[in-house]
Amino acid sequence: MPVLWKIASVIGSILVTMLGLLFVTFIIGRVMPIDPVLAIVGERASQSTYDAVYVQLGLDKPLIVQFLYYIGDVVRGDFGISLLNARPVAEDIARVFPATLELATIGVIMGVVLGVPLGVIAAVKRGSWIDQVARVVALVGYSMPIFWLGLVGLLIFYGILGWVGGPGRVGIFYVDVMPTITGLLLVDSLIDGNWAVFKDAFSHIILPASLLGYYSLAYISRMTRSFMLEQLSAEYITTARVKGMSEWSVVWTHAFKNIRVQLITVIALSYAGLLEGSVLTEIIFSWPGIGSYITTALLAADMNAVLGGTVVVGAVFILLNIFSDLLYKFLDPRAK
Amino acid sequence: MNMMNRYLGSAAIGLAVAVTGGVAFAETPPNMLVIANRIDDITTLDPAQSFEFAGSDVLRNVYGNLVNFDPANLEAGYQPDLATEWSVSEDGKSITFTMREGMTFTSGNPVTAEDAAMSLRRVVKLNKTPAFILTQFGFTPENVDEMITFDDNTVTITTDQQYATSFVLNALTATVGSVIDYKTVMENEVDGDMGNTWMATNSAGSYAYKLDSWKPNESVTLSSNPDFYLGAPEMERVIVRHVQESASQRLLLERGDIDMARNLNPEDIAGIEGADGVKIVDELKGRLMYASLNQKNEQLSKPQVKQAFKYLVDYEGMQNSFLKGKYTIHQNFLPQTYLGSVKENPFSLDIEKAKGLLEEAGVPEGFTIEAGVRESQERIEIAQSLQNTLGQVGIKLNITVGTAAQILARYRARELDLYLGEWGPDYPDPQTNAGTFAYNPDNSDEANATGLLAWRNAWDTGGLTEKVNAAVIETDTDTRIQMYKDMQAEFREISPFIIMFQQIEQTAMRDNVEGFSTGQAITAASYWTVTK
Repeated sequence: MPVLWKIASVIGSILVTMLGLLFVTFIIGRVMPIDPVLAIVGERASQSTYDAVYVQLGLDKPLIVQFLYYIGDVVRGDFGISLLNARPVAEDIARVFPATLELATIGVIMGVVLGVPLGVIAAVKRGSWIDQVARVVALVGYSMPIFWLGLVGLLIFYGILGWVGGPGRVGIFYVDVMPTITGLLLVDSLIDGNWAVFKDAFSHIILPASLLGYYSLAYISRMTRSFMLEQLSAEYITTARVKGMSEWSVVWTHAFKNIRVQLITVIALSYAGLLEGSVLTEIIFSWPGIGSYITTALLAADMNAVLGGTVVVGAVFILLNIFSDLLYKFLDPRAK
Repeated sequence: MNMMNRYLGSAAIGLAVAVTGGVAFAETPPNMLVIANRIDDITTLDPAQSFEFAGSDVLRNVYGNLVNFDPANLEAGYQPDLATEWSVSEDGKSITFTMREGMTFTSGNPVTAEDAAMSLRRVVKLNKTPAFILTQFGFTPENVDEMITFDDNTVTITTDQQYATSFVLNALTATVGSVIDYKTVMENEVDGDMGNTWMATNSAGSYAYKLDSWKPNESVTLSSNPDFYLGAPEMERVIVRHVQESASQRLLLERGDIDMARNLNPEDIAGIEGADGVKIVDELKGRLMYASLNQKNEQLSKPQVKQAFKYLVDYEGMQNSFLKGKYTIHQNFLPQTYLGSVKENPFSLDIEKAKGLLEEAGVPEGFTIEAGVRESQERIEIAQSLQNTLGQVGIKLNITVGTAAQILARYRARELDLYLGEWGPDYPDPQTNAGTFAYNPDNSDEANATGLLAWRNAWDTGGLTEKVNAAVIETDTDTRIQMYKDMQAEFREISPFIIMFQQIEQTAMRDNVEGFSTGQAITAASYWTVTK
């Protein structure tokens, strides 16, 4: 298959998926029993004010016309004006998404760096104390309510020990200090050479990121263990051992090599889940990310913001999916 | 976050604090006020459009009005602000204000009578939701240039008929009465929007603070205006941080990273009460919690049934349990501290009396109705309490829970049998509540007067509508006060509204913070009075 055709096929697939995503989000936005006009004008508004805003939002036009307008706007990068704060939704998302990206990226890195080795070791030492510890860690990660762990973490590490910063992305001394370059505060402060802000931002992000990292670790280590157990019971592993290969080689060169493709899917899903925004974590840590943004918008019937946020999250999923596919092909020649 | 989460969060913090002996302590700078508050209701910071609590708090500190309340003496009523004095014409239709001299906006432009007049005209011409506070005096985009005029140092407001002066002046203390730097605002006009877009995120005032930034759902930062006519505020910077979760607010306060927490739930208030360096300040706010009965429902329109419902509310039980510290019993449409407010609360839970009334009404077996409640924990709990007490006389209450917008839409469409909700006054004059609870000139569906609570409940208020009209034109203040008292006595007996509680705001703050006022029921919070 010519390379150009492959590229066109990937792009076509992205476009169709995006169109489907737009259609679904648009329909959800229109069929939800929430009155966006009321959300803007408030309960005190007269009927004439209500009617004027109804027309202004284009709600008097046929649904298909509204959808076509919507697609046109999204293609231009225009998600409309937030019904509630009168600001472009794209600007809001550009502000809140980097906060989530920064948090989720550190969280997933922690999850991978700690979760993968833990899962591998737990599988290799199946039934040992380390396996039991890994299972307990995973179990706690799955079963403890995140808000509770967050609050207790805040209390101990921020309230009592004072090791980390409190809720928010930075302390009060650094509010509005940094110019926005990428929106990623750690990166921006490094670019600006402002170490004080970097240290403060790091002290604020480390606890919520660790919390997300822990949940990510729980999932990744459990899946890694499961994948590894399957590989370690395969005949080729027995053969390798019979041939006298070192245990390190057996585990990491043979068994682990064969679970990489599956692990990529797990990690990508975990990362996508975190990028979608962990609403409770964002609420407890007053983290102005996309999860709390979409939730607040949804409760306030700000459908432009909900749809804009949903499209961005959907796009992230699609991009991660493509990235995973490319990695499969890189790691496993059979997938080419 | 649901109730279980709320309790668990508070319990976790309470337990850990008890075990460890408390949290480490930091301190905010002496010239900076840091407040944790839920500010996700701010939709704009244009005073011609802003109509939310958190927004009003910000704007109260950024813009002056012709007249306003003194936070140190709210009971005194409206006082001179950017106008030093006023006079009323012989026919009672015109009020002329003399502007204070020598003031400047934070831009450096002088504050003039023209700014004051153009600010009010702009509200009417933009015609955003809160514009009705001014347009109720007969102003329209077409006539406002003739009705609100100015010369060198005076502004004259002429209304379409004679109104009580107190009514007009009280209305001018609302956020829509803010005086803006009109020249600066119009320099930022886009497509004839009179600077509305620019004003959403910028300020052009002359008052104690200017807006540095507003990041939705994140923070508002203000810096002091050294030229403020009442003197430069001691707090040179004010940061209001959006902290959604009560337990997080509490932790920040105990840690000393904030000076004030404005949204602590009763569990966290109880947990923090008596803690070192923290104090709790209670102030009555203007919000009323009420239930109302749709008069389109044949059963609910019977006078004895309306009465019976008022005896089927466990006012005391709720006040002393899940509403403790947050609401106080109040059964009148004017909140306490309002002109004309009364303290009579004649109803209490009396099942036997209610049964007798239902028998008189011919419905001794009860009936089934639907209640609409938005998904707020305390409202759901109130609805459940009502469900329990109504059930004791055979009235089955089916509770429908939805988002605020969902429930409100059905309420405005007159579809709900019973609505349970809150009402907050729009401006500090009794007309604001009288004009919606007791006023309904046309009860027909076609009238579509969705802004009136009486209309939403399909209640023909009878003679009360005329009495409301009479009170707004009564020029003698004492007589006017008595008129509202009489109206409320009648309203308590005949209306389909079961007014239950008035809100209390509990603010937790570091004990070195002095001079803060939430504005109580009649105005918004003031930061410039704060010292540490």
